[in-house]
Amino acid sequence: MFIALRDLRFARGRFALLGAVISLMTLMVVLLTGLTSGLGAASVSAISALPTEHVALAAPPGQTDPQFALSALPVDTVDRLGAQPGVRAARPLGISTSRLTAGDKTAPVSVFGTDSSLLPDQVRVPDSLGVAPGTEVELGGQRLTVAAVGDETSFSHLPVVHTAIGTWHKIARSESLTGVLLELTADPADPADIGAATGTLVLTREDAYDAVGGYAAEQGSLTMIRVLLLIVSALVVGAFFTVWTMQRGPDLAVVRAMGASRGYLLRDALGQAAVVLALGTVTGAAAATGLGLLARQAVPFVVDGGTVLIPLTLMITVGISGAAIAVRRVTTVDPLTALGASR
Amino acid sequence: MTLRLESLRLLYPDGDRDLVALDDAALTVEAGELVAVTGPSGSGKSSLLAVAGLLVTPASGTVRIAGQDVSARSPAARDRVRRERIGFVFQQSNLLASLTALDQLMLVGTMVGRPREDRAHELLDRVGLTGKEHRRPHQLSGGERQRVGVARALMGDPAVLLVDEPTSALDRERGRQVMTLLREITKESATATVVVTHDVEHLDLADKTVTMRDGRTSKPLADHDLLPARKAPADHPPRP
Repeated sequence: MFIALRDLRFARGRFALLGAVISLMTLMVVLLTGLTSGLGAASVSAISALPTEHVALAAPPGQTDPQFALSALPVDTVDRLGAQPGVRAARPLGISTSRLTAGDKTAPVSVFGTDSSLLPDQVRVPDSLGVAPGTEVELGGQRLTVAAVGDETSFSHLPVVHTAIGTWHKIARSESLTGVLLELTADPADPADIGAATGTLVLTREDAYDAVGGYAAEQGSLTMIRVLLLIVSALVVGAFFTVWTMQRGPDLAVVRAMGASRGYLLRDALGQAAVVLALGTVTGAAAATGLGLLARQAVPFVVDGGTVLIPLTLMITVGISGAAIAVRRVTTVDPLTALGASR
Repeated sequence: MTLRLESLRLLYPDGDRDLVALDDAALTVEAGELVAVTGPSGSGKSSLLAVAGLLVTPASGTVRIAGQDVSARSPAARDRVRRERIGFVFQQSNLLASLTALDQLMLVGTMVGRPREDRAHELLDRVGLTGKEHRRPHQLSGGERQRVGVARALMGDPAVLLVDEPTSALDRERGRQVMTLLREITKESATATVVVTHDVEHLDLADKTVTMRDGRTSKPLADHDLLPARKAPADHPPRP
């Protein structure tokens, strides 16, 4: 690092420019990661909060993927699934979209009919709706009393309110169920067999995310943009260090002639890249964290260790990879060129 | 420690045939002795320096430092020999642009595992650069840069000093100062010093002169054997 640190000071303008580019790329990657995570939570946090590991949906016709919005199961499916070997318990699940009115406030909500602890005229709502316990609200034409406030989850970007399944049937004006929550035994039968025996499709909670409308497409698009940004970052860092290494060629030849090993030059060059990357990415991530904390008051945005540290680590990793490919040229510098007037 | 080059033969590929750069070249330089190697362009001077500095491996022949054959060693071992036993002074100094004069020396110190700043200051003082330790190459004159190059070469306490055209970028007076400095340092540090030069004007400062032609070395001439025309001018009288 002897030469590396002095080069950083000497050519600080060039390295500051590269650091600024890396910083901006990191800012974008961290912001997109927070947004992806936030949008994902807005789509499926209610599914990830379901009380069971598995959920059964109506098997879709043909080769199409299952969807909560299209799933409709007869009520007796709960009993048929509960009777299957490997199933410890089966509970009805109803999901629909409705409108909640409390006084002069109205909000679109997703209604989950899963909470058997609630009475037929009760509803549990999230904090974000700003409704106090005991308040009377109208939900899908039903007058209900807020029994509890909490459990901030959402489904398809709408806040989730919980009712008993009987209340949900009235709100959704539906005789059928959306799905069945399954609690399997410790040594369960193959979920696919359970599904085949009952005309359903048994999914894990994580697999069920893709059955939420738009979730897979939304996450796929944002992930693709992040991956492209990471590739561009590697290319930018690689291109910079390729040019930089070529410019340093004569100096490196002199140092090689003085007896520096290839490993010494490689460590020095990679150390230089690591310093620039670390400073650039940490600055970018810090700025993105600040912006994210402001942005999450208006848009679904998650700021936590995963959404900051993972993209930060990825940026450093791909940057070092790009730099490593570029600076490997230092090992091929011919010390013989230090002699004569070739410089 | 003695530098001994024996029966060196060096070939460079040139199209379908090999070009003979060195042909049975030989040279012996004792500790504390400064040998000038001169000759026309293409005669093999730089090739001799490259082989002596272990930058290229000869087709045949040996390079011995203190009696040990160092030319047949692995690339990593040759790097180590260059680092620890050979000092290079390059044409036009070849200093690293981002390093101050002091850093140029400390770089060598870190490479050999002896990053002694007091030693670097001592060497810069010896070459007359006290007060200019923190200047970068572009802030120094040509002569000063070359003197930093000399001090840098000495930082690793080398047994052998190889000097490539040290006066080519300097005017006559500064060239003479650098050659005088090299002579003094050779005596003080007891290095075996080889100076490749076109410049016949300062050959009187060498203990011996070897002329090269077509890759071959002549029999060494002591400075008192040199022709009067190649002796030093009147304002630089020969050493007693």
